[in-house]
This record gives sequence, C-alpha cells and structure tokens, in this order.
Amino acid sequence: MTDQRVRDLLFDTWRGRIGLGMLGLFVFLAVFGSAIAPDNPTASSLDVLAAPSADHWLGTTENGEDVFSQLLVGARVSIVVGFAAAAISALLGATVGLIGGYFGGWTDRGLDALENWFLVIPTLPLMIVLARLLEPSLGVLIAVIGLTSWAGTGRIVRAQVLTLRERAFVERARALGASDSYIIRTHILPNTMPLIFANTVLIVAVAILSEAALAFLGLGDPTRISWGTMLENAFSSGAPSAGAWWYVIPPGLCITLLVLSVSILGYLFEEYVNPRLREQPA
Amino acid sequence: MNPRWLAGKVAAALVTLVFVVVFNFFLFRVMGDPTTQLARLPRATPEEIQKLKSYYGLDKPITGQFLDYAGDTATLDLGISQRTRRSVWDEIKDAIPWTLLLVGTGTLLATLIGAWLGVIAATRRGKAADDGLLGFSLFTYASPEYWIGIILILLFAVWLPIFPSGQQMTPGEDFSSWFAQAADVAEHLVLPATAMTLMLLGQYFLIMRSSMVDVLTEDFITVKRAIGLPWDRVVRRHAVPNALLPLVTLSAIQFGIVAGGAVTIETIFSWPGLGELTYDAINDKDFPVLQGTFLVFSVAVILANLIADCLYFVLDPRVQAT
Repeated sequence: MTDQRVRDLLFDTWRGRIGLGMLGLFVFLAVFGSAIAPDNPTASSLDVLAAPSADHWLGTTENGEDVFSQLLVGARVSIVVGFAAAAISALLGATVGLIGGYFGGWTDRGLDALENWFLVIPTLPLMIVLARLLEPSLGVLIAVIGLTSWAGTGRIVRAQVLTLRERAFVERARALGASDSYIIRTHILPNTMPLIFANTVLIVAVAILSEAALAFLGLGDPTRISWGTMLENAFSSGAPSAGAWWYVIPPGLCITLLVLSVSILGYLFEEYVNPRLREQPA
Repeated sequence: MNPRWLAGKVAAALVTLVFVVVFNFFLFRVMGDPTTQLARLPRATPEEIQKLKSYYGLDKPITGQFLDYAGDTATLDLGISQRTRRSVWDEIKDAIPWTLLLVGTGTLLATLIGAWLGVIAATRRGKAADDGLLGFSLFTYASPEYWIGIILILLFAVWLPIFPSGQQMTPGEDFSSWFAQAADVAEHLVLPATAMTLMLLGQYFLIMRSSMVDVLTEDFITVKRAIGLPWDRVVRRHAVPNALLPLVTLSAIQFGIVAGGAVTIETIFSWPGLGELTYDAINDKDFPVLQGTFLVFSVAVILANLIADCLYFVLDPRVQAT
C-alpha cells in the first residue's frame, strides 16, 4: 500500500473524509475531553435527572452530575480500549496465521483447530466469564477483548500466506538458501501487512462495541467514566422510564458514531486490499 | 446425505464440545479460585472451610476433580445457584423457553424482513432506496442493541405508552384462558423482539442484497429476460430462490452474536431467559450459574453450526458434488 494511494483514499473520497473527520473528533475528545469538560464529571448536585438547560447542556444524571462533561470524558476509554485490544488481536492473529500458513503440517492443523474453536464459541458470553473471574480494570478489558477476537484475523492471514508461500519469488528465495525467518520478514509479512491493517481497523469497531457491552453489564473499569458505564448507570437508575432522553440517547449515539467512523474506514481499506469486494457499477 | 460426511461433521462438533467442557473446568476451577466462592462465609473457621472443600470435592487432586466435573456435566448436574440455592439446571431449564421465544421471533423476523429489503435494494441498485437501506443497515450494525432497546422503551413505553417496558407477562394477573395469557405474552414480546430484529436485520439485509446482486448478473437471468418473461416474475421465481441460500447459513453463524444480544436485550427488558440469568449471575458473582449459562450458550452455537452445515449440504447440490 503506497503512501500516496492511502492519502488519496482518505482525503479524496467522501467516505474517507467522513470517517476520518468523525474519528479525528473522537480522538481529540479522548485526549482533551477532560480538559475542555465544562464541569467536574463526578461532582454530584441536588439537580437530579434535570432536563437540558444553559447550566447543563445535556441535563444531569441520577446523582446530579453533568451529562455533557461525562460524555466528553468518556471518549477516552472507548478509544484506548478499542485500539489497544485491536492491536493485541492483530498481533495474535497475524502470528498464528503466519506460523500456521507458512509451516503447514501439524502446527497448522493445531493452530487451525484453535482458531475454529475461538470462532465457534459465543464471544460476548466468553468475555463476560473472563471479565467476571478477573477484577474489572482497563487492562483486564483490553486483554479479554484482545484475546477473544483474533481468530478471524488469523484465518484471513493464514489464507493469504498459503497462496504467498507458493509464489515464485518465495520459492526463489528458498532455493537461494534464505532462512524461514528471512523469508517471513522480507517476503511474506510485507505482503500480508495491508490485509492485517484493514482487518484490524474493523476489529477496532468490534472492540469498542464489546467494551461498551461489558461496561453496560457492570464489568467495566469502576474507576473510569465510559459511555457503556453511563448507559449502565442510566438504565439501573430508571432514567428510561423517567423519560430522561438526554441521559440515555447521547452515550449510545457517541458509541454508534465512533463505531460507524471506524467501520467506514475499515471497509474502505478492505475494498482497497481486496478489489473483488468492490461492486461493479450497476 | 453422505453418511461419512455427516459423521465427520458430528465428530468435529463433539470435539469442540469436549474442548468447551475442559475449558469451562479450567476457567472456573483453576483461574477462578473456588475458595473465593467459599469466602461468602466471612466468619467461617478454617475447619469449616476444610469441611466445605471436601463437600465440594476441592481437596481431591485436579484430575479427580475434572472427572467429577465431566461426569456431573454429562448428567446435567451443574451445581447449586449461590443466589437462589436452586439447582443450576432447574434455573436454566426454566429460562430456555423464554430465550428461544425471543431469539426465534427475532431471527425469523430479521430473516424475512432482511430478505425482502435485500431484494428491494438489489433491484434498485444505486437509487435512493438502495442508499437509504445501506445507510440504515450500517447504522443499526454500529449501534449497541441494548441502546436501541432503551430507545424503544422511551418511544413506545414511556412517551407513547402502548407496550409494556419489561417482563414476560403482567405480574399477578389471573388469566381467564390460555389464549388471554398468550396474548399478554405476545404484547410483552413486541419491544424485545423488535430490538433483537433490528440488531440482526442489517446483516441479513446486506447478505441478501449482495447475493441478489450476484445472481442478477448471472447468465440464466439474462436468458429468462431474453425469452420475454416479465421482470417481476424473473426476480420472484428465479432470482430470489437462488439468492436465499447464503441466508440459511447466516442464521446459524449469527447464533454466537444472538447469544450476546440475548444477554443485553433480556437485561433491558427483564425478560426471564438465559440472558437475564447471566446478568443476575454477573452481579451476584454466582459462578455456578455463570458456568452453566456459558456452557448452554456454547452448546447452542455448536449445534446451530452443525445444523447449518447439514442444511447447506441438503440445499446446495454443488457442495454434494465435491
């Protein structure tokens, strides 16, 4: 993937611009959210579940905290968990796929069985079990999500390596006496990198949704505000039946828009890497 | 059906199942130290803890513990819920029909509506209807299903109070007839089933759309049109039946996602199925129940995959040829 092509993809297509723009906004919030928040997001007041006003742009929570400030601060957990978990998942998936695809034989069969197993096991229940057995924290969330979402990447990388392994330039290197690690580093890995990258961007979206779901189920990091924990607090304090739309709609909308921006970019890269996915014009 | 092929698939499913049981054991007995579960009795003396350990068989060597566990699991003895003191299997048995009702309704509706919308979009490619449906499906894919559920509650239970916001039937009601009770359950099912449908709809729509787009460019469609058959008839009689195939496998593969959705959606609507059971177990650290529901979810997904493989084999002659 040349730099120029990536730049064209991101800046010269409307999908690239929208995806990048939205993601950029959320990354900005992840970095500066707590600095620009108008209020202390955990300062409670007697204004309980108050509707939006000039003082509180998005109203208040069941403890009288400022919803808008919580929303700004909450971006950080989603971004950090999303990208860190996807990085772990990419590393695991790429390693397993490369080793299995390149060496073949019993190694491949064993790793393939492991991948199949992770693909079959229902992911959210597995994450719930792991997160409940460990004490919830940011690190645990990242590890649990990363460890349970790599199998798809492994499968795709393996398929790509299987075809690369038989290509002439790899055979040539092998005939000239190149070592396995040399061939993997200089021929196999660079040619699978774009695929790993495109797939990882899509995993970021899955990881963000997983963090939100776990937090909503009460398995988030209890010391941090995230959009998932906001939804959990809103739900368990009865905000929906109180009609407090300002408390329940914004966190979910933020999750949706962030996942949407990452997915748009992911599909864009995927189509670029695999032109067969591109639809012929009608 | 080729018996050797079927035997292979069943064997693979059984191996996966054995792995689930082994994994479940290690997860809860080794990674999660069972003595922390006994620590629910804060004032227990060391002798009492020792007695409890031997009661639960925790003083045996690990292989003995595993054999006990595997035997118990095979006879559906999944332990006692720490929250309700009832047997875990009884809890699960009561919950399964409710989850099946919710998941079944959601999957059925998502398949039907998804297929229908997919045909509409594929036959109007690039037009406003197609773009709108694509945008809608991307949005529902990106949004958390429990958030959609909360919005449904806001819209149709709070602002426009036409549907109940939770539970499976009106509590304390003495139903005059079987029919009255079914109607009451159906009324309670509307919102959770809608949330489940919306969660799955995007995927079904996208698969049907791309499958239709592929089929519509195939030669036999061109031939049908060339011999003068009306377009509507070509679509309905020839394109749709061929495009439906990928949808069948999707319903099964989706099952893992459905299991996750059952947990969050049942939580939102206090729907008394496996998902709410899981949620209660999370909050009370009720590990025997958590272990039990995880086992049942895994078995359901393994079975669904096996059924999908078989269905595909029966429905697609091309697979049988290989």
